[in-house]
Amino acid sequence: METTAALHKTDPDAHITVEDLTMAYGDFIIQRDLNFIIRRGDIFIIMGGSGCGKSTLLRHMIGLKSPASGRVLFNDSSYWDSSAAEQQRIKRDFGISFQGGALWSSLTLAENIALPLGEYTDLTPADIAEVVTLKLSLVGLAGFEEFYPSEISGGMQKRAALARAIALDPQILFFDEPSAGLDPISSRRLDDLILELRDSLGTTIVIVTHELASIFAIGNNAVFLDAQTRTMLATGNPKTLRDESPDPGIRQFLNRGET
Amino acid sequence: MPGQLNLQFPSPDNLRIVLAGSWLLSDSPPAPDDITVQLQSRSDIHKISFDGSAVTHWDSGLLIFLARVYQQADEHNTDIDPAGLPDGARRMMKLATAVPPKEDTGKHSKHPPLLERIGLTALSMWRAAPEMLHFLGEVTLSFGRLFRGKAQFRRSDLMLVIEDVGPHALPIVTLISFLVGLIVAYMGAVQLQQFGAQIYIANLVSLGMTREMGALMTGIIMAGRTGAAYAAQLGSMQVNEEIDAFRVMGFNPIDFLVLPRMLALIMMMPLLVLYAGIVGITAGMFVAITAFDITTFEYYQQTVRSMAWSHICVGVIKGTVYGVLIAFAGCLRGMQCGRSAQSVGEATTSAVVTGILFIVIAASLLTILFQQLGI
Repeated sequence: METTAALHKTDPDAHITVEDLTMAYGDFIIQRDLNFIIRRGDIFIIMGGSGCGKSTLLRHMIGLKSPASGRVLFNDSSYWDSSAAEQQRIKRDFGISFQGGALWSSLTLAENIALPLGEYTDLTPADIAEVVTLKLSLVGLAGFEEFYPSEISGGMQKRAALARAIALDPQILFFDEPSAGLDPISSRRLDDLILELRDSLGTTIVIVTHELASIFAIGNNAVFLDAQTRTMLATGNPKTLRDESPDPGIRQFLNRGET
Repeated sequence: MPGQLNLQFPSPDNLRIVLAGSWLLSDSPPAPDDITVQLQSRSDIHKISFDGSAVTHWDSGLLIFLARVYQQADEHNTDIDPAGLPDGARRMMKLATAVPPKEDTGKHSKHPPLLERIGLTALSMWRAAPEMLHFLGEVTLSFGRLFRGKAQFRRSDLMLVIEDVGPHALPIVTLISFLVGLIVAYMGAVQLQQFGAQIYIANLVSLGMTREMGALMTGIIMAGRTGAAYAAQLGSMQVNEEIDAFRVMGFNPIDFLVLPRMLALIMMMPLLVLYAGIVGITAGMFVAITAFDITTFEYYQQTVRSMAWSHICVGVIKGTVYGVLIAFAGCLRGMQCGRSAQSVGEATTSAVVTGILFIVIAASLLTILFQQLGI
């Protein structure tokens, strides 16, 4: 297989590069030989059937789990070969929205968003309060500052989690199953919001999902993981993969089983 | 170049804000104070427009500035023409103003006055009493179903809880009761030695451990160990809606979850109390033999002479009562748990506090009762 290191050098827009990545829990290999490039401003979809390791791949990219072998590069620095301080600096550019929201339940929405701002910026409390209000109004939750996560609905929790993810104006936004548990309209609104964030701020966006509507509506690049062969089958634009992939498994997945 | 701002008046009723440089949050961009002054002093401004062509970089810093300007404009009934803003910023502001802020959420008075807080606390305590009685009633009904053979729960669940409550508690019960036996023997012996009555260490330890200390120490260990575990288990199930799932599918969660836990503790507590007594007496013997020149046989004889079945019964009855109270407190707090990680912590704390409180009250009452009965 052609190594991405060579590809990476030829592609100045590469933001995240995954190189020969093998993921394993102990001796049990989940995925091997993953190679793909995420360009600046991409909306990149990680897709595949249930249990193929999508969320695990995301956990490797956001620095929660170290790879069995291979590298994950952000711009030109390899995350797992960096010092702890360097890793911390790389992570400052991340915004992450976890599958269940993962809002801190003992803090109000305002405190949830203010915590990273207070920790990583020199803003005064009054400025932080304004940033919090701005972020909440971006996700349509202005006025909910004093609510605790348990007091709002699941869809609102997802949006609040997004507000927390964009608190520090991240360059890369990671989403784990953003539309799981949302109604079609909320799910569509979230897609629009993701698109808007990319278009307005140029944020690179990485999404784990198997929601076909979202995949085609917003994704312009993707990787397809396969549970049987335990490796990636293809990478590229999801629409192209749907129509032109030589692999019947991918066409079937992207056409809801109708080949 | 950090963010800069200039005000222009292309026409008397039009205020144009010219933005330049980099508007990053980290550079603390300028505040819109001049704009506020202009809007307050000149009532003929009807429109605010922007010229953002010289902005080099921007992030939330620019958006916060714009949010303030928008708010000022709103207060002075001035129109905003966002056409001149950087493209992305214009769209973000459109997004931010798309949904009006929710008002009347009833969340603004975060700290009610002292009297109000006292009142609220009193009311919530008043409401807690019937809740506890309600739970007591449900548990009683559940035991009624158990005796009629109609309670639904899985025997294997009961066995698992028994294993966790009984055998798995042995190491900590051994350690604590051995040390308590040691302390009682040593404290007593030092006093008794002054009268040459060291042999009565045996009476002191055997009576103390079987009647009071065995049950009390085991009770406190189990409140911290098992009561807390019950509250945390049931509390997390409450958070995951597992208890609702039981209800909806026609299982009584009291029968299914609370009953086996109470039964397990009621069955195991007497055994643990007996065991704690034996360990405590052994510890006393160890002290007597090693430090006070009493032979094993003398100690044994004296212990047998001082013991009576009634002492053992008193200890076992106390232990069983404590077991009921611990299981009740743990399950009650678990079932009352709210829907967040925070409330699981509160439920666990409250289970231990309530359990120990119940134990101390019960210990006092039972001691007086047995004294009056002359047992």
